[in-house]
Amino acid sequence: MILKINGQDQSIETETKLIDLISSKNLNCDRIVIEHNHRIIPRERWQEVFLKEGDNLEIVSFVGGG
Amino acid sequence: MKDILKIGDKEFTSRFFVGTGKFPDKSLIREVLEASGSELVTVALRRVDVDSKDENILDHIPEECTLMTNTSGARTADEAVRIAHLARAMGCGDWIKIEVINDSKYLFPDNEETIKATQVLVEEGFTVLPYMVPDLVAARKMEKAGAAAIMPLGSAIGSNRGFRTEEIVKIMVKEIGVPVVVDAGIGSPSEAARCMEIGCGAVLVNTALATAGDPVSLAEAFSMAIDAGRKAYLSDIAPAIKEASASSPLTGFLTNEE
Repeated sequence: MILKINGQDQSIETETKLIDLISSKNLNCDRIVIEHNHRIIPRERWQEVFLKEGDNLEIVSFVGGG
Repeated sequence: MKDILKIGDKEFTSRFFVGTGKFPDKSLIREVLEASGSELVTVALRRVDVDSKDENILDHIPEECTLMTNTSGARTADEAVRIAHLARAMGCGDWIKIEVINDSKYLFPDNEETIKATQVLVEEGFTVLPYMVPDLVAARKMEKAGAAAIMPLGSAIGSNRGFRTEEIVKIMVKEIGVPVVVDAGIGSPSEAARCMEIGCGAVLVNTALATAGDPVSLAEAFSMAIDAGRKAYLSDIAPAIKEASASSPLTGFLTNEE
């Protein structure tokens, strides 16, 4: 199935949990925040969220800025 | 008595705020921050590049610094609020520099949207420092909305053109009850000193440091200049006058006949 991650279409397996997607991408869980369909998902709930076709994910972290 | 800067529920001894953008070598940032003595440091939020391993900016910021996330990238109040929510979810506090920009040439912030975002975020318990085009009326509205400090620009972002907005900022310092922090455009320590001499609460510098040949040394120079300017302000400098006024006594000259 296809979903949008940070504005880009990405193909992932069906029945994927948010937490599994994050670990497959080797992202540092403590240093990112995730918006799932425009709602922020707290870290402790990443394992409850099943991703669905057409979902929209925004994954952000801190960068240098003024 | 110690000279303390109070913003929101925090107290600062340093009046030098530092931005962490644009440093070509991120490993310099820690050294710059240490040389600056800064206790308030800004960062931004961006999409993670899921396919590359970026090093994390937090690794370069001393833990004792207060982190303030800017809402850069926001073009409206709603977008600024959204970014602030993401920043809070990062778990590094709720200090927000509101930055709403929809002018791509001069990068001037949109004061009207900034006021709206200030209202919403203060209501939600954030400590809000709005970045703005110097304007007394807008600053009053931001103060009324609960801004913890007001941050007028000195000149265009990243321009190093210095403190070009002095006349208006001076009025704001007189009229606004919360600290006024000059943010953007400050290119050299003398300009930062000038901001402090007229009574600004602090100065925020980023580009000048990030683009200097020796950012660490310049951070130290800025820190000294900001301290000097602050001390001068507290010394109650006498106003300039039009005519000359002799520094030495005008009587008792050796050539006097009497």
